[in-house]
Amino acid sequence: MKPILEVLNVRKAYANHVALDGVSLEIPEGSIFGLLGPNGAGKTSLIRIITQITGADEGEIRFRGERLNQSHIAQIGYLPEERGLYKKMKVGEQLLYLARLRGLSREDATARIKQWLNRFEIKEWAGKNVEDLSKGMQQKVQFIATVLHEPKLIILDEPFSGFDPINANLIKDEILELRNQGATIIFSTHRMESVEEMCDNIALINRSRKVLDGPIGVIRDQFKTNTYEVEGTGHPVLSSPDFKVVEQKKRENNHFYLQVQLQEGVRPNDLLRYLIGSVGIEVAAFREKIPSINEIFIRRVRETMPETLLETANALL
Amino acid sequence: MASKFFLIAQREYLTRVRKKSFIVLTLAVPLLLAAFGFIIAKVASSDNDTTDVIEVRDDSGLNIASHLVSTPQLRFEAATGTLAEAKKSFLKAKHDGLVVLPAGLDVENPTGVQFFGKGNISLKKELAVKNALDKAFSDLKMKKSGLSQEQLDRLRSKVVLQAVSLDETGKEADSNALATSGMAYALALAIYLFIFIYGVQIMRGVGEEKSSRIMEVMLSSVKPFDLMMGKIVGIAAVGLTQFLLWGVLSFGVSSVVLPMLMGKDKPKTEVAAAPTAPGAAAASAADEPESAEVAFDKGMDTQKDQATNPAGRFAFFNTIANLPLGTILFGFIVYFLGGYLLYGALFGAVGAAVDDQTDTQQFMFPITMPLILSYIVGVSVILRNPDGPVAFWMSMFPLTSPIAMVIRLPFGVPAWQLALSIFLLILGFIGTVWVAARIYRVGILMYGKKVTYKELGKWMFYKG
Repeated sequence: MKPILEVLNVRKAYANHVALDGVSLEIPEGSIFGLLGPNGAGKTSLIRIITQITGADEGEIRFRGERLNQSHIAQIGYLPEERGLYKKMKVGEQLLYLARLRGLSREDATARIKQWLNRFEIKEWAGKNVEDLSKGMQQKVQFIATVLHEPKLIILDEPFSGFDPINANLIKDEILELRNQGATIIFSTHRMESVEEMCDNIALINRSRKVLDGPIGVIRDQFKTNTYEVEGTGHPVLSSPDFKVVEQKKRENNHFYLQVQLQEGVRPNDLLRYLIGSVGIEVAAFREKIPSINEIFIRRVRETMPETLLETANALL
Repeated sequence: MASKFFLIAQREYLTRVRKKSFIVLTLAVPLLLAAFGFIIAKVASSDNDTTDVIEVRDDSGLNIASHLVSTPQLRFEAATGTLAEAKKSFLKAKHDGLVVLPAGLDVENPTGVQFFGKGNISLKKELAVKNALDKAFSDLKMKKSGLSQEQLDRLRSKVVLQAVSLDETGKEADSNALATSGMAYALALAIYLFIFIYGVQIMRGVGEEKSSRIMEVMLSSVKPFDLMMGKIVGIAAVGLTQFLLWGVLSFGVSSVVLPMLMGKDKPKTEVAAAPTAPGAAAASAADEPESAEVAFDKGMDTQKDQATNPAGRFAFFNTIANLPLGTILFGFIVYFLGGYLLYGALFGAVGAAVDDQTDTQQFMFPITMPLILSYIVGVSVILRNPDGPVAFWMSMFPLTSPIAMVIRLPFGVPAWQLALSIFLLILGFIGTVWVAARIYRVGILMYGKKVTYKELGKWMFYKG
């Protein structure tokens, strides 16, 4: 798929630290893109460059092949992590104002506001001041403000924070719906389970550098360790050097759980055959152990740590 | 992006104008001013209305009492009975004083005249009595030297001084220091108040925006410069609306409500003035409209005399008509807007730089300093010497010129000075907006950091 956004070798430095160092990304159109990274990795800096709040020191951003400029503002929607609305403004007026700043006409904006308020069942709050709303309700209003102008690219920074599970689910469904309608979503978060559930592609940023990116399935394959989980009954004894038992658990009623890493060249069928051939072993479940994004995340962050520490040491010398 | 700028300014304007506090303040101020004016007028007129009654016991045998001329403020009556009785009776009659002219008083060297009063005698009263006595004695002496009453009346003259300002081209114009100063003062006060009230509103507005954390959303839609200027211009429109309404309402209140209230007092004033046939010229003060009196009471006494007698009043209005009104209006608008925009940008920068309203003090000081200074120096030094070196330099420096120059304007300013000052103001405006926009741009997204001046300096050179 053609990328809607290309980040090319972007560098951004502040007075006493480098926020982004040669970061390149491609965000395919019509996908949900997970931008991951520990706190302070540079995610917000990158988002602020894409939303044109700040500019990059070096490198370039392209929106649908064009160098990013003011005309793209109308096609981008942004929900920052720091939520905020004008407290003393009425919900309807506030939405109208923000939509018009994004280039929507008064008529279009009014019609869409009505639609969205109905959809989120907060129609009766349109005439209330924002400060009179509950926090969850303010979040809904802010979400509406982000997507009201039907942006092609929606950037959501921690979209689920501050929502109760019911509303988080509502927002999740809206995000998927927007994607189905053709929008591209960049989604920055720490909540790995939602990444796994929703993202098509991810990029991991650590210490101002991109350390990993690609389609989520490909990344998982990359991080597979050729390990399989087996459950069943009996007392398995794996004496072959082909198999390395990573974890073994005995459970009540003669049940067992095994995690077995296969040596190079050994295939899962070999393990299965070995187990079936063993006396008194009944296999109930057999599956490949796929690393979770959380595990990949932690592993990659740990892996990239010494490198950067080394650099810091070099810089000091 | 002009339409975004317009949207921002419009929001700033509408949200403020629709606030209850705006409506209340807009209505209350003219009423308070009117009430204040009414009280001052009341106090001033009641002061003039009262007539001090002075009893006179003339034992001198010179018939001095007949030469004492009563005025609306001072009435002389002959005392009765012995000295001791007179002393008692003037107290009892609630009269204000007793003048005793002793027997054997020498016209050439009148000593021993006594003036008794209730408690301490005010200087004003003492002077009035002394003046009346002086006049009576000189009348008496002139009569003695053989002049008739008619000749006496003709000898006495009342000079009306008409001040005329003469400019280099030889053009003459009525000059009235009170009118010119009053105008200068009013213009300066308007600019000072406007910058202060609405400058602080800019600062608060930015602070609120910052603390509500809406900046990031806004900045992904608009440029920080548009956001800042939109706010400044929107609040300026609020201020102009408020000032305009204050003007219209004050005018309405003072021309409709006040005369209705004052109307009741009118006959009383005339009654008080009626019995004083002689000295009618001086008495005309009482017939003046109160509003004029209030204004002139603040002025110097000589100015008051001039303004209150018909010729003086003519000069007063003539002076205003003869002032370079076109230049004043032009200059006022330029300095009003220029000064507001210049200071507004700085106030906006302060609002952006700090997290906490309480932290604003340290940054407010260097901004309000030149403003307060130019006002204080303006109404003291510059108003007295509008062509002096202080006036000149302060009207050139962009932070002080908005106030300093408008004070000078009614007195006449050479064209080159005005041009240079406006040029410098525009330069200053561009400079401060540039600086403020940079501080603003960095500051609005900076949270939880105690900002120092050094930090602010660094912000200037951050890249976009």
